[in-house]
Amino acid sequence: MTLKEIAEILEAEVIADSDELDVLIKNACSADMMSAVLYYHTPDSLLITGLTQPHVIRTAEIAGIKSIVFVLDKKPGVETIELAKLKKIPILCTRFCMYTASGKLYEAGLPGCLFK
Amino acid sequence: MRGAAMKLNKIVEDLSLEVKTGKNNLQGNVTGVYISDLLSDVMANSKEGNLWITLQTHLNIVAVAGLKNIAGIIIVGNRQLQEDVLQKAEAEKITVMSTPLPAFEVAGKLYQLLNQ
Amino acid sequence: MDLNINEIIEGSFQIIGGNFANAGEASMQMKSKLMEIGVHEAIVRRAAIATFEAEMNVIIYAAAGRLHYYISPDKITIKIDDMGPGIENIELAMQEGYSTAPDWVREMGWGAGMGLPNMKKNSDEFKIDSVVGEGTTIQMIINFS
Repeated sequence: MTLKEIAEILEAEVIADSDELDVLIKNACSADMMSAVLYYHTPDSLLITGLTQPHVIRTAEIAGIKSIVFVLDKKPGVETIELAKLKKIPILCTRFCMYTASGKLYEAGLPGCLFK
Repeated sequence: MRGAAMKLNKIVEDLSLEVKTGKNNLQGNVTGVYISDLLSDVMANSKEGNLWITLQTHLNIVAVAGLKNIAGIIIVGNRQLQEDVLQKAEAEKITVMSTPLPAFEVAGKLYQLLNQ
Repeated sequence: MDLNINEIIEGSFQIIGGNFANAGEASMQMKSKLMEIGVHEAIVRRAAIATFEAEMNVIIYAAAGRLHYYISPDKITIKIDDMGPGIENIELAMQEGYSTAPDWVREMGWGAGMGLPNMKKNSDEFKIDSVVGEGTTIQMIINFS
């Protein structure tokens, strides 16, 4: 699924360059605990989270996460946005909660991230 | 959450959840679902009768579930619970369930089940 | 694997306890270095994840610490030593789900009790030494093949 399709399903505000929306997402991980993001096999994943601090971007970078969705209309601060731009990690902001966002994407055919 | 409320035991059956505590409290209705690993978030945003999906296994999940009248907690990703958490949950009549699935997939399956 | 490396490459970082603003910076720089010399992406990710967890532990629990890495043609060795409280029961701390992190750390998305297991999982050799009241030293080796 492309990030563009995901943004449409989640009616999300996109913080990224437009060419970054073609990126392919293979699966998704819904979590606030960053160690879980690091523990499960999440390369090429979409992270759906309620946390918006810069260390979330760094976690994504380290884990190979392709893009991050911030739920419940949470708006990231300037530092988070700057870091995400630097690391080329597109951000989506959705008004939906983590459950609804996950449900909609699963319904559209996106699988969960793999365990290993 | 849209759709009609659903009994907890139907969800346990359909998602093959392992019931760890509160086996006698599965007759209640689930009013919706909330996913978060952050206790303050659940305190602020979950609703009475919600099912709570999390990979947070800290002892305080029991107190939060009790205070918010949560219908049950689903611990995802095969996370093991410490004995003191199980004992407290049993004592407080909180239903704790467990699944090997990640939060994203539990959410996806529930979303389909509850919106049928 | 043909790596662009002729001699040992070293790097060192100071980590300040409680400094969430820069959390992950040391690990990201180490990751860039590994990518630069051509280490396979999957191996770089393992090294970066293990290092990031170790870095976070220093930030969460210790007053300060130091991260040092050595890259040789066949492996990376990462050493983290901190001036922290030390770990009373290492066996218990290695159990997944066990954590002594304070509430505020959990609200930041850390302290799930997965840090040490995650470091062990991602390294080929993992050593931990700790003295209560003095600090903890972790050494991890990740082979390149």
